Amino acid sequence: MNIHEYQAKEILDRYGVPTPKSEVANTADEAAAIAGKFGGRAVVKAQVHAGGRGKVGGVKLVNSADEAKDVASNLIGSRLVTKQTGAAGVPVEKVMVAETLDIKDELYLSIVVDGDIGAPMIMASTEGGVEIEEVAEATPEKIIRVAGDPLVGLSPYKARDVALALEVPPSALRQTTKLITDLYKVFVDNDCSLVEINPLIVTDDDQVVALDAKINLEDDALFRHPDLAKLDDVNQQDPLERRAHDADLAYVKLDGGRVGCMVNGAGLAMATMDITKSVGADPANFLDIGGSADQDRIEQAFKIIMDDEDVDIVLVNLFAGIARSDVVANGIVAAAKETGAQVPMVVAMRGTNAEEGIRILSESGLDITGAPDLAGAAEVLKSKLQELGGSN
Amino acid sequence: MAVLVGPETRLLVQGLGRDGSFQATRAREYGTNMVAAVHPNRDGQKFEDEVPYFSTVAKAVEETGANTGVIFVPAPFAMDAIIEQVDAGIELVVCITEGVPVLDMAKVMAYIKDKPTRLIGANCPGVLSPASKAKVGIIPGNIVQPGNIGVVSRSGTLTYEAIAQLVQHGMGQSTCVGIGGDPIHGTTFTDVLELFQADDETEAIVLIGEIGGIREQLAADYIKEHVTKPVVATIAGQSAPPGKRMGHAGAIITGKAALASEKNKALSEAGVHVVDSPALIGAKMKEILG
Repeated sequence: MNIHEYQAKEILDRYGVPTPKSEVANTADEAAAIAGKFGGRAVVKAQVHAGGRGKVGGVKLVNSADEAKDVASNLIGSRLVTKQTGAAGVPVEKVMVAETLDIKDELYLSIVVDGDIGAPMIMASTEGGVEIEEVAEATPEKIIRVAGDPLVGLSPYKARDVALALEVPPSALRQTTKLITDLYKVFVDNDCSLVEINPLIVTDDDQVVALDAKINLEDDALFRHPDLAKLDDVNQQDPLERRAHDADLAYVKLDGGRVGCMVNGAGLAMATMDITKSVGADPANFLDIGGSADQDRIEQAFKIIMDDEDVDIVLVNLFAGIARSDVVANGIVAAAKETGAQVPMVVAMRGTNAEEGIRILSESGLDITGAPDLAGAAEVLKSKLQELGGSN
Repeated sequence: MAVLVGPETRLLVQGLGRDGSFQATRAREYGTNMVAAVHPNRDGQKFEDEVPYFSTVAKAVEETGANTGVIFVPAPFAMDAIIEQVDAGIELVVCITEGVPVLDMAKVMAYIKDKPTRLIGANCPGVLSPASKAKVGIIPGNIVQPGNIGVVSRSGTLTYEAIAQLVQHGMGQSTCVGIGGDPIHGTTFTDVLELFQADDETEAIVLIGEIGGIREQLAADYIKEHVTKPVVATIAGQSAPPGKRMGHAGAIITGKAALASEKNKALSEAGVHVVDSPALIGAKMKEILG
């Protein structure tokens, strides 16, 4: 789960991680008033769940309260399209107004779980304020990696190692070590999947401050953080993904595809996307209906695919272990009848009650073509797409 | 001999809610020797009038000699269940539960590091050996058939797909192992490859990977050095865009090594028969074995 920068900053504040003074504004007037408190010179930052906002005008330096008002009134109510959003972009409902600081040096600091090592991993670099992926690609030796221990935590010497590697001024070494230790606590205490400070700055008077803050929370651990779960901002999400999330479906909308995919199991769902691609088409979505979906959830899944305007053919691939083919078939038929969907469907059904499922579908009067297996589904999909015509 | 499970398997089931009970019944129907059920307040009762319930894993192990445990408890309690089974001396723990917090799994792995227990999962379909009629987990018993292909996979239903393709081409399985789709998991590809290489019953291996992480590359390194049996592999998620989580927490592309193309390359260089389409696993294996 993503949270906004201002929410991430509130978490950092609780752990004593130094950040610039800032407040959040819902209106242009509020933004002007906050900038006024900082003497007019401030940074106005759009609060959206997407990186790359700086490049599209989502972060602006202002020199007066009036200027802050102008910038905020342009941002609030607009949609930002960044390289991380779809073409529709994400809505800006709030801006954060922060004091400016005199920057001597920009560093990079983040924490993620390294699955291959099995522990939280601190990544740090003296090359902050730029895109870290580019640093990793061009000069991988400039990224320092130090792992914590899941049982012991982050030993202070390791935090000091990172601080030393960041080449902070000697007078800031102790403060930086503490900041790294505190950030590790933020990560573990809140079950984060990402904590990223880019840039971490050294000010002219040798203070180390988190100028930006990005925190992602692990969905699977939200059950033990009810307060954090409340920070979820549904308006930042794709509406179809939101509906799927509420229905407990693993669904990802994919740009540019026309083949709606409905599959049980994440691996098989990815494989189904892959075979779609192999016949020259693009999947419109990833969808895993899960192992124990009931008819209601299947109906919701089918309706989500139907409500995707990009979809003009549906590929159902079911290998029922826990799931039951007849339940899935009934769900599809009920949803198709309710929505009046005329879309052609290619269906492969195997496993538990597969014959019954196929019978229900073939007697439904819907436009369904059966396929014996994955390879067969690819062939049928290919010929169906040729019948339909059009691109991709 | 199969790997991991076999005639010596004495199964304990922990977490007998709707799914756990359903799967315990399927495992028994298949022929698995289920010796104990664990539920904190059903001590003295029997599962299906035959298998005794115990209130703790330790007591179940002491009374029944259970050596293999399968876990279906909800995600918030999965770490505790795994540690309880490890502490009770269970040799093989299979955790089916999905959605276990990643930091819980990190703790589990650090905890069991120097202990004799082997963990499979979490978020996995488990292990099945057709010849010895041992089913620990949720792989459907009616799709497999005894034979000589070892199957190891990060995915559940894609494992079934591979099994169905093998059967369609007349090839049975020695053991099927689903290692799970989470970024931190117990038994790895490399561990299972080592077992298959040493297993007389296994002639060839199917490996099903996914985008995310570097475990397929580690498997490739291991195959290059140690595996002489033919390996057919496919990587799911070739068409997945970066940065998006494709259901499995592990299936997210972060960094170049996590790409399907990089994994395919590493496996090909190790002499693995990599198929571009997941629909070609069975045909490729048939072609190799003749």
